[in-house]
Amino acid sequence: MILKRLGISVFVLLAVSVVVFVFTLLLPGDPAQAILGQQATPERLAALREQLNLNDPWYERYFTWLGGLLVGDLGTSAATGGSVNELLGQKVSASVLLMIIAAVISIPVGILLGTWSAMRRGRTTDHTLTGISLVLAALPEFVIGIALTTLLSTTVFQLLPSVTMAAPGTRVWDYPLQLVLPTLTLVLVVVPYMIRMTRTTMLDVLDSGYVEMARLKGVPERQVIMKHALPHAIGPVAQVVAMQLAWLAGGIVVVEFLFRYPGLGQAMVDAVQIRDVQVVQALSMIIAAFYVVVNLIADVIGILANPKLRTESSK
Amino acid sequence: MSAQNHQPVTPETPVTQPAASFEPAESRGDARPVSFFRRFLSQPEAKFGLVLTGLVLLVAIAGPFVVPAWTGYGPTSYAGKPFQYDIFGTDNLGRDVLSRFLEGGWRLLLYSALATVLGVGLGTVLGMLAAFRGGWMDSAIMRTGDVLLAIPQLVFAMLAITVLGPQGWVLVVVIGITHAPRVARVIRSATSGVVAEDYVLASQMYAVPQWKILGRDVVPNIMGPLMVEMGLRMTYSIGAVASLSFLGLGMQPPTADWGLMINENRIALSLQPWGVILPVIAIAILTVGTNLIADAVSGASAGRTTGSARKDK
Repeated sequence: MILKRLGISVFVLLAVSVVVFVFTLLLPGDPAQAILGQQATPERLAALREQLNLNDPWYERYFTWLGGLLVGDLGTSAATGGSVNELLGQKVSASVLLMIIAAVISIPVGILLGTWSAMRRGRTTDHTLTGISLVLAALPEFVIGIALTTLLSTTVFQLLPSVTMAAPGTRVWDYPLQLVLPTLTLVLVVVPYMIRMTRTTMLDVLDSGYVEMARLKGVPERQVIMKHALPHAIGPVAQVVAMQLAWLAGGIVVVEFLFRYPGLGQAMVDAVQIRDVQVVQALSMIIAAFYVVVNLIADVIGILANPKLRTESSK
Repeated sequence: MSAQNHQPVTPETPVTQPAASFEPAESRGDARPVSFFRRFLSQPEAKFGLVLTGLVLLVAIAGPFVVPAWTGYGPTSYAGKPFQYDIFGTDNLGRDVLSRFLEGGWRLLLYSALATVLGVGLGTVLGMLAAFRGGWMDSAIMRTGDVLLAIPQLVFAMLAITVLGPQGWVLVVVIGITHAPRVARVIRSATSGVVAEDYVLASQMYAVPQWKILGRDVVPNIMGPLMVEMGLRMTYSIGAVASLSFLGLGMQPPTADWGLMINENRIALSLQPWGVILPVIAIAILTVGTNLIADAVSGASAGRTTGSARKDK
């Protein structure tokens, strides 16, 4: 069963690569012209065409590109002429760091608050948490980011740096204070969804027969939650957590741009602005791959956490 | 306060009316003869949502008409030194912030609405077809959807913008397309409950054409989830269009646009915050409003949808 999921993931990634590649074919007219602009001389156009292998048929270009991806060669940036790997190398680690911190904070917070809200169903705590998460869930990332910046960095309090200023050669984690605002923004973006889904799932579980049975037997409430209810809720919650982590992969684009954080998202915005198709493609593939892997992990957790599915797989 | 604030609700009513007209289907299996619209309005979320959304709609739609007359400046005309701190002050190029704010909302709303209609329409048709036809068509539609879902909405939009340039129709089409698989999933599961019903079978036995069955028997019965999706996707459309403009990849200068204004003026956030804060507040109120409406709709059609409508983005 897990193997089957793995197969699907590989297939989805291949299909994504086709979608991402098809976009280059959509370039109106001559891609070289589009990249270089109207003033380009014929010689430069011809040179760029050669450089981009535009003279080969599309399927050959696709397989060259895909082959490169498989061995970790992301291609050549049309703008800088350098390799995309080099361009993105350090930025991958910066982005991954940001996402890991955000995930490590938001997953426990989301699950705990969601469970708490479910335990206090119908009371003030529940209403407050539900209300806040409903409002936060609606806000786009940059609205939350700017609100936090105004509150903590510029207008109200001046506690934290509002942009990341990393001198070349230094690493983002050399300045932990600069990580606070981007991380906090990401956490506030994903936590509301986790709260809502954990709450809904927990409510279902708390209404079930076995929880009532445990309560009737006089099992302490804490133990009912921890031992009887929570394990049953893990599967669906893992799905939502995965969805949110995958959402982080898209969310970092805006958040990194807002805080000038030198990561993949910022690189993506820069590349789109100068229409550096190779870099955009590579980044799309990296982000999609991340999404697919996170979803795969969530499904595996779901299978392992659910006894029905678990035994089915051993048959 | 409430009497005054209820005024802007009017522009919102066309959206909710279709739901009200399908109340016979909604009250199926429901003992209370309360209309869908009443149930919707009875929730505090609905009232808040309508008031908030209505407020922003009023500003965005009426704004462009009052601009030169009321504020004294056009949206792109010179009003003073850059980043002057006046009532609302001037922006990075010395243009009047208030004028640009009043002018800058309708495009965001228009593009978001178009993208939502496109996405929900496409998703509904595909979702219904998948559930109704089943077999290879179901697999083909849903697997294609899975592939699109693997690329985050914003990243997909950026891919398209890299290639096609930041134009209005590109934003609308691309955001609509990314909504479609998400909508299709919801509609498919709602439809598969309906197609098993006897009245659908009856229509099939009368050899009613397929599109007629879908239109007459299925659509009215999936109105609940459909309305929820409308509200939700509108929230996300606004977020996506505004985010892209904020990234400099949506509306282009010198257009007055809320997302773009935030981008242009955020360098002086501590000096002259109004150029950022006005549009941020407007977008925040708008998205919270539409989200509350979506939540109330999902509550009103309760029993069919669980109220946890926003599982994915």
